[in-house]
Amino acid sequence: MNINPFSDREQALALRELRTELLTTNIANADTPNYKARDFDFASVLRDSGVEASRLRRTSTLHQPATPGGSPITNPLGVEARYRVPMQPTLDGNTVEMDVEQAAFAENAIRYRASLSFLDSQIRGLRFAIKGGD
Amino acid sequence: MSLANVFDVAGSAMNAQTVRLNVTASNLANAGSVHGDPAKVYRARQPVFAAFSTTLGDEMAGSGVRLAGIVESNAPLAVHHRPDHPDADADGNVYVSNVNTVEEMVNMLSASRSYQNSIELMNTTKDLLLQTLSLGR
Repeated sequence: MNINPFSDREQALALRELRTELLTTNIANADTPNYKARDFDFASVLRDSGVEASRLRRTSTLHQPATPGGSPITNPLGVEARYRVPMQPTLDGNTVEMDVEQAAFAENAIRYRASLSFLDSQIRGLRFAIKGGD
Repeated sequence: MSLANVFDVAGSAMNAQTVRLNVTASNLANAGSVHGDPAKVYRARQPVFAAFSTTLGDEMAGSGVRLAGIVESNAPLAVHHRPDHPDADADGNVYVSNVNTVEEMVNMLSASRSYQNSIELMNTTKDLLLQTLSLGR
């Protein structure tokens, strides 16, 4: 049995936090000449951390084998951020596009909240089990 | 902690935009000021921003905004022939500052929008943090 039942959500929250920080940096530097906006692909980074694969357990040999999952990222700051490709060039070499960044920030915040509420209901469920109802 | 770092980054951006607003106010206040010596006429100033890392040695950490410097515009000064002006030079000319008021108004709007953006970032992040703190209650 998994010792830490929250490890997956924890991982996702850590990555969401990191993404929040990156997007904030982009928006903060909207007026900085030659600043290049950065972001990372959340789904692929989470997959690389082995979160999906670690949950799959084969109870029969007929089951499809899960892809071998890597070890979970102990340091989510090791994530590789990529530079964004701007849709419109600017004179000062800045690649921050405010609408793109704000949309990404809002989406990220909502997904962070979603992860939080999943984690919250998981905790609630465990409490329920420990107390045996009530 | 990542989310707490957002306050540093957004705060530095707000600080930079405040400087920009200050410079714009100074430019607008001195628009149209004249002097007999072209070297002493007020010239429009513009702040230059640069990104800097708030956490040393960590390339992925957020970078805030710092003021790299303030540059003076080298746009040509307008020369007015006003022999009656007390500051006029030997030829009776005075030099008018090169502040472009339209440019400054646009600058002011852009700075205040960027400032508001930073406030929104902080508000959202604060909500997320508070929600995290009340996890499992």
